[in-house]
Amino acid sequence: MTPEPALVGELKSALGADAVLVSAEACAPFECDALNTQRHRPDIVALPRSAEQVMAVLGACRRHATPVVARGAGTGLSGGALPVAGGVLLVLSRLNRIVEVDPARRLARVEPGVTNLEISQAAAPHGLYYAPDPSSQVACTIGGNVAENSGGVHCLKHGLTVHNLLAVCVATIDGEWLTLGSDSGESPGLSLLPLFTGSEGMLGVAVEATVQLKPLPERVELVMAAFGDVRRCADAVGRVIASGIVPAGLEMMDAPAIRAAEAFVRCGYPTDAAALLLCELDGLAHDVQRELDAVQALLRDCGATSLHVARDPAERLRMWSGRKSAFPAVGRLAPDYFCMDGTIPRRHLADVLERIAGMSQAAGLPVANVFHAGDGNLHPLILFDAGQPGEVERAEHLGTEILELCVAVGGTVTGEHGVGVEKLGPMCTQFGTDELEAFHAVKRVFDPDGLLNPGKAIPTLARCADYGAMRVHGGKLPFPHLPRF
Amino acid sequence: MDRDATTALVERVRQATADKAPLRIVGGDSKRFYGRAIAGEPLATREHSGILRHDPAELVLTARGGTPLAEIEAELTSKGQRLAFEPPHFGPGATLGGAVACGLAGPSRAWSGPLRDFVLGARVLTGDGRVLRFGGEVMKNVAGYDVARLMAGSLGILGVLLDVSLKVLPLPPGERTLALEMDEAAALARLAEVARSALPLSAGAWVDGCTYLRFEGSDATLDDLRRRVGGEVLTDSRGFWMSLREQAHPFFGGEQPLWRCTVPPLAPRLSLEGAPLIEWNGLQRWYRCLPGAKAFDAAAAVGGYATLFRQAADAGEVFTPLPAALLRLHRALKREFDPAGILNHGRMYADL
Repeated sequence: MTPEPALVGELKSALGADAVLVSAEACAPFECDALNTQRHRPDIVALPRSAEQVMAVLGACRRHATPVVARGAGTGLSGGALPVAGGVLLVLSRLNRIVEVDPARRLARVEPGVTNLEISQAAAPHGLYYAPDPSSQVACTIGGNVAENSGGVHCLKHGLTVHNLLAVCVATIDGEWLTLGSDSGESPGLSLLPLFTGSEGMLGVAVEATVQLKPLPERVELVMAAFGDVRRCADAVGRVIASGIVPAGLEMMDAPAIRAAEAFVRCGYPTDAAALLLCELDGLAHDVQRELDAVQALLRDCGATSLHVARDPAERLRMWSGRKSAFPAVGRLAPDYFCMDGTIPRRHLADVLERIAGMSQAAGLPVANVFHAGDGNLHPLILFDAGQPGEVERAEHLGTEILELCVAVGGTVTGEHGVGVEKLGPMCTQFGTDELEAFHAVKRVFDPDGLLNPGKAIPTLARCADYGAMRVHGGKLPFPHLPRF
Repeated sequence: MDRDATTALVERVRQATADKAPLRIVGGDSKRFYGRAIAGEPLATREHSGILRHDPAELVLTARGGTPLAEIEAELTSKGQRLAFEPPHFGPGATLGGAVACGLAGPSRAWSGPLRDFVLGARVLTGDGRVLRFGGEVMKNVAGYDVARLMAGSLGILGVLLDVSLKVLPLPPGERTLALEMDEAAALARLAEVARSALPLSAGAWVDGCTYLRFEGSDATLDDLRRRVGGEVLTDSRGFWMSLREQAHPFFGGEQPLWRCTVPPLAPRLSLEGAPLIEWNGLQRWYRCLPGAKAFDAAAAVGGYATLFRQAADAGEVFTPLPAALLRLHRALKREFDPAGILNHGRMYADL
């Protein structure tokens, strides 16, 4: 589609000619986020340098009734930043200033294009850090973290983005500035900050975030426990939590994931284990020692075949490196993979993993599991070869079955990756018509004309009617060109 | 014991919508003083009561809105767990729904996080009689907008809380409170300083010339902290913090209006008459002011907010007024969830 000249002219006069891309070559790198099975080359890419320029882009889009999709680093896994036809892609990467790190107030004020890791790096000289640590933290930006309510391996104890965010400054599509939250974390009126957090760019564009910084813990210990079968390992997860210990991280990997990670980074994982548990404890020295003793006794009692405590920080990082590179490691096992993101109540871990193994066998597609066991947040990786006729569809169908299983046991279709375009279908399984209508009502309140990231995060009722019909037909999905899980 | 009054509540709300007759949601009626005074027939939630699920290994508890907080806390204590945000009861009948709707947290707030951080899911009855379920019973859930957390502190203006799922946490191995004498300026500096440290603080306060710091951890940690921090060990730690949480402390006695101010970290003393009671890491400050006095400006001058927490008579606006753009969003949300304006209408702001 040819961009509307009047809109392009307005954007160029507000941002400067070099900050507005319209040529196919210049726009091509922005055609997808990390869900690269979904692509659409944007017609216009706007690269503002300031909050005022962001507002100018939103104003131009409003006047021209043009959809606008905000994008950070493009590391999102659900297609939330997928450009929409005829729209403007609002790229926030040039708003990358750390406005202030205030160690005395234990907070940092940053523009949306600052990466997650940069905040912790800037805070480190003061003995502080920013707790949420998504695996993409080297690249992903805080604006995207706010939009997705990103988690990480330490959120069981230290919280998600929503728990570590004090305030955001938002530009609305109506041309208003909103401050949601405050430096104290308390503010009058409705709790709009958590409503905005995780809203996937549908309600407004955050131009500044104020985040809480935490003191670096005095002592950190990492225990690695190997198990001879998956069920014992999964049961150990519940036992640790029920014992009154909240680990900083509690991560689980199954045999395919263990072997892939070990082959990839040589991190010292026992490749004969059926399941591996990584349990990190942090806090004051005495408390960590007490918890370390208790966790080791408990894991032994749960039938761990071997236990190893990292001897020093270097070994701890090496042991983590296998977990943190597990996705790319598993990715080497097959030409393609889908990463699922369901969360379930922990008590169902063993059963759900068993049933996923059964589904995997029935589908003839291998599944590797590497996930945030402490949170019950599963990441089954479905391996397939898009080059083989029918495999994409089979993999998608298996993924849908897994997510429906998560919902059936009382869980959710997405724990931390967001709905984007990827899980619009499964959203119809999780929510009824009334809830979806309420979500659309919230959207209308902030964006009456539906210009912000349209078509993402919340499925239309018509789509869910189609989805229901499709499910009845045994997973033979018609209209394969439609974006869906 | 589970008593499900959903059907009766839905019918009552639908009838009120049809009659355009405002309702005042009442749980234990323990926080009647909080918010603006409103008219309306009482909508009692106490019959909708019971703990639905609590599995200690999940760190989640789900209960009906009318469940007494005391019942929930007894269940949690018996399993070695707690509500980490220490919600104030303000009366024997306080309910879960009332606590979540008021969104208040106790002495631990600065370290545990606010009440909304613990809300995982909610089943909500809207003003037009729809029963909607948001969030769930899992720790991580980003499917759909977080309407469950929107309910925290909403004062019932968007819906009746039918069921709520909360994240719960283990009880600490032990607690100890250290008391140190100092003046207000020194206390503000000290509270901010310990809050910056990695020490396992779980409450802080300054009242009557004394700073109180509560720590949690193993005995070895607590003994160690005594050496690092100094001060006297308070004998009745639980009783002291309970007296702040429940406003039974003598500071809260008498008839003078009570103002609650929340201010940014390191905010200086507020230009208000009288010595405050300071809580958390210095961010929550209580003042007893003369009737008619307004603390809004004093709080705003340091970048904070004020609430007329308890007053003798109807005092008009009790919360810091919202900027126009935010107020418009509030009104629009109210219209979507309670189009007839019958649920706790005016409790937060006039015409909302």
